[in-house]
Amino acid sequence: MNETYSELAGIVGERYVSNEPEEKFIYSRDQGTMEPCDPDFVVMPDSTEEVRQIVLLANRKGIPIVPMGGGLVLSGLSRPLKGGVVLDMKRMNRILQVNETSRYAIVEAGASQGMLQAYLKKHHPSLKHSVPDAPPIATVGGNVLIHGSGHLSHAAGFHSEMLNGMEAVLPTGEVVRLGSCATSPYWFSRAPLPDLAGLFLGWTGTTGVVTKLAIRLYPNRPFNDVGVFVVEDPEIVPDILHRVTGVGLAEDISAWMTPKPDWAEGFIHINVNYSADSKDELGWKKNLIRAPLRKYMDEKTGGFMMLPLPMKKPFLEAPASQLTRFADVRKGGGFEYVGAIMPIELFPEAHQMGLDIAERCGTTYSTGARIIGMGHCMMFFFAYPFNRADPSDVKRAGTALEQTNRGALDMGGIPWKAEAPAQKQILQRMDENTRELMSRVRRMLDPKGIMNPGNWEVD
Amino acid sequence: MEHFDILHRCFRCGYCKLPSNYSDLNCPSYLNFRFETYSPGGRMWLLRAWLEGEIKTSPRFAEILYSCATCGNCVEHCVFPKFKDDILKALIEGRERLVETGAVPPAVRDYFKSIHLYGNPYKLPEADRAKWTDGLDLESYSEQEYLLYVGCVGSYGERGQKSARAVAALLKTMKISFGILGSEERCDGNELKSMGEKGLFELIAEENIRKYKKLGVKKIVTLSPHSYHAFKNEYPLLGADFEVVHYSQLAARTIRKIGFKRSEVPVTVTFHDPCYLGRHNKEYEAARKILGALPGVQLKEMDRSGKDALCCGGGGGNVFTDILGAGPHSPARVRAREAAGTGAQILAVACPGCSRMLDDAVKAESLQDNLQVMDLAELVATRLAPE
Amino acid sequence: MYELKYDEAVCEKCETVDCLVKCRYMTLDRESAKEERLRLIRGEDSRVLKDCITCYACEEYCPHGNHPFYLLVDRQEQSETWPVPVPLTKQQIKMMAPKGRISPENVQAPVLNMCYFPMLKGCIQGRLFEGVSTIVGSDIFCNIMWLHFAKNSAIRERLPQVVNNIWQYYLRDSGTQEVICYHDECYGTYTQLAPAFGIDVPFKPIHLFQFLTEKLAELKDQVRPLGMRVAYQRPCSNRLVPETQHWVDEIFERVGVQRVDREYDRENALCCGGILRLQQREELADDILKKNLDDMSAAGATVCVFNCPACFFTMGQAVAERGLMPILMSDLCRAALGEKWWGVF
Repeated sequence: MNETYSELAGIVGERYVSNEPEEKFIYSRDQGTMEPCDPDFVVMPDSTEEVRQIVLLANRKGIPIVPMGGGLVLSGLSRPLKGGVVLDMKRMNRILQVNETSRYAIVEAGASQGMLQAYLKKHHPSLKHSVPDAPPIATVGGNVLIHGSGHLSHAAGFHSEMLNGMEAVLPTGEVVRLGSCATSPYWFSRAPLPDLAGLFLGWTGTTGVVTKLAIRLYPNRPFNDVGVFVVEDPEIVPDILHRVTGVGLAEDISAWMTPKPDWAEGFIHINVNYSADSKDELGWKKNLIRAPLRKYMDEKTGGFMMLPLPMKKPFLEAPASQLTRFADVRKGGGFEYVGAIMPIELFPEAHQMGLDIAERCGTTYSTGARIIGMGHCMMFFFAYPFNRADPSDVKRAGTALEQTNRGALDMGGIPWKAEAPAQKQILQRMDENTRELMSRVRRMLDPKGIMNPGNWEVD
Repeated sequence: MEHFDILHRCFRCGYCKLPSNYSDLNCPSYLNFRFETYSPGGRMWLLRAWLEGEIKTSPRFAEILYSCATCGNCVEHCVFPKFKDDILKALIEGRERLVETGAVPPAVRDYFKSIHLYGNPYKLPEADRAKWTDGLDLESYSEQEYLLYVGCVGSYGERGQKSARAVAALLKTMKISFGILGSEERCDGNELKSMGEKGLFELIAEENIRKYKKLGVKKIVTLSPHSYHAFKNEYPLLGADFEVVHYSQLAARTIRKIGFKRSEVPVTVTFHDPCYLGRHNKEYEAARKILGALPGVQLKEMDRSGKDALCCGGGGGNVFTDILGAGPHSPARVRAREAAGTGAQILAVACPGCSRMLDDAVKAESLQDNLQVMDLAELVATRLAPE
Repeated sequence: MYELKYDEAVCEKCETVDCLVKCRYMTLDRESAKEERLRLIRGEDSRVLKDCITCYACEEYCPHGNHPFYLLVDRQEQSETWPVPVPLTKQQIKMMAPKGRISPENVQAPVLNMCYFPMLKGCIQGRLFEGVSTIVGSDIFCNIMWLHFAKNSAIRERLPQVVNNIWQYYLRDSGTQEVICYHDECYGTYTQLAPAFGIDVPFKPIHLFQFLTEKLAELKDQVRPLGMRVAYQRPCSNRLVPETQHWVDEIFERVGVQRVDREYDRENALCCGGILRLQQREELADDILKKNLDDMSAAGATVCVFNCPACFFTMGQAVAERGLMPILMSDLCRAALGEKWWGVF
């Protein structure tokens, strides 16, 4: 161990490697319900070369490596299930390039969402990236690699779909570039080459360490507004979503359901965010977005809330800090959610399942959905808060999450950034040949099985 | 521990690490060490683990607790209402518990010992406290309107003494009636409080309160925002009822009445908000009012200013314990680079601790040819019209 | 219980049918107005049930004080002709429900009722409000807003308790029977709507205008004329109490501002549009807002004065974007006293 420590210190400097109990404690767990797993080392590289050397060392010694971004995934994906090195990537947080004309940014994998947001605001105010509702310290890279979504996902899909290319260190130490940057000095797209970026998307760090990535940027328009459409009947929600996504003018569409505050209980709120270059354009967009929902307004089964400015502000905030605050609704400091990707027609079923599970498990809840693309699917989330200091409450939330994962799969959805046990549930239902293909890909890329072992594993 | 029941409520979401616009890391210790353990959330979780016996007392744990500069960035930016107000209180209470075990870092132990034995962290005789006044002809306090309190850094520190002299001169220019205690002045104890030495702090504070009351002190003007904070917020809990102002607040009230040179070489100044004046006491305007009144001075704000100011790293006793160190990622050096990045020639400060930290940082960054650290009072003095 | 004091015979005999003919938002000639009126009296379907924007103005237009608007709202509710989508109505009913968190409090005259606008407590400062006791909260919310939602049932259910709360928790042991109403709606509720529904009010409501006028008289030596040209946004709730209008001119005179002559003022005032937006008539609301702002600008106003906080919140931003300063009446008075005021936009 001491030898490994010395070698790691030789790579990153003693200051950025630790095997002390304090770091082991903090890096063994995240904010969710998964049991802690101690790392042997926590290491913070500062460059691709350092990552490469760490990977070579790990390969030589057969030490597991677990890459970690913001550490905010909540489902325990950066816990070192089989020990080894947790690679905290946040020292690699440089914003390397912004191509204003072709609208993309190249960042190091540990660059935070907030930092990129602030950088663009200052240096390229006409551009923005799709901000997830994770806290701003979450990394751009981590969110792309887990197929995250955010404030431009209605307009442009999953964050992984906004990826133009990447640099990655393979488990055997080679540094590869994927996407246009493999061939061109520009990082403009993944097409037209064979799309190898998929080898790293959704794999939760089991295929290598991504060190740089290019993401698409979008116009940052100065006038922004939100409409909140309220209905009671979940059965009409798929049609409402279908209609409003069909307009194609919104940037973000998301639904939320919560028993607190009292006035929100029993209602489904659908936020439609849009932006414009002028006040007039904003007005036109508003009217166009409202038009297909006229049927429900006339039937009096749904309508837009009248929101004074102070009430609108939280809905225009990106990331939405009020979502983070959900962690403390029970003064317990914890929450975890199942985010299940599913078609929008499953909204009523998913909504009911959330209510049923919360009641059955005796926990409170917050559910909702972010629409991906033009209604092509949604990330339906079932969030359960818990009191971190009360083991029985943590267990209760854990049970609710487990049941939710199973329920989401039963109805045809797929849990997103699934916890290790949920990954097993997914693999059990997966097409046999696909499952085998995943294993083959992994064996081919990572012959020594050092990359985040315990994840995406078939027993 | 009174705040034990809030420790688990930290979600470790990380808003506390950032300024309002998320542009960069703004927690001095996290910025410097980069392990999650050195962030406010890491500290909260570790403190709970330590109190529950999940981790043992260790030098690393002690360093983690004492690496916090108590700058209040976490309190300012935490998104959990009410809970946020207790973050620093919980940390300081944690330090108090560590003090009880005797396992504080050596530098912290030395600090406590110096105060205990010498009454100051410089290990210098009390008799030397008045040396900063040499040649100034200042009156001893005797029922003047204000007691000018300069504190340990102003009394003994080479850089602090300059600031103290400039402040005294400024008060004279403003025709403020004030007196000093000179060698009779004692440490205010603010750092002791923030470092968890509650008992010694209370002893010192009570002694000071008794002394000031006996002398008939009604109003105190301080050189340091740390002293200001202690007198304003901590001493009243022990029976004090003095009216307390920081010298910049007093100056801001009368700055327009001061005669300045008519024409002056234009200079660009950036201002570094001291944590104990800004975030802890919400005073952001006084210094800017002063700068706004100085002829030829153009204020260029740093990206992180006001409630978003990056701490110099000197709070919580770090001016003396130096747990954050002087490396290139130390907050003082990052701050010096940020200040230089504005193109300013002068980095104005309003705290003798910040003066020292940033002065050293400017030198470490080899920026001294382009950037000069000046106390507000020193800067005002350069613009005064000849009498 | 709480039967509406409405006399069918008065309406049947009315030749002017001003309630409908004068309506700014529905175009009805006298004959068709008479027809629709009869339908309403008989409880039959009427276009008025659907087209009414619930601006209260017909309460002012009725020369007989016969409460045509309250009847209309009863009829809307009976026929389930909901002006606002049902989920929004239900949500509002929940949002504004009494929380039952009221407890007896020692208040001293003068007592100022801030209705359910806790966010406006910042306005209650300075010389105008020295010594004033403020009461506020869901448990004293006047509930008149349900007129906009075809929910007279909510008024009948909640208002008696509200009246009782104000009396029992604040006034009974305080030695005063007077309550200053910050909001026109409260004053209208207690002086006009409550009697119409047969709800007893044991205290004496005082309009904010009266209080401000008297205070300004008292402090006249300290008033610095503001010398501004102001447009006044008369709220729908003032339609219930038009007799209070003269105070607006008196206050303006006392603070030294000129009320501009414009089309959409006084009896011809336009709705702020807030309720229209809840009714999902967004385009109509935008249209009315534009007309209103154009009118203010054309008249040369530089300030828009509100007394209704709801109008202020609904229109304030648009007013500011048009280059006029939005300000509440109480803040205008504070400004005339040289004090900083609350403001928002």
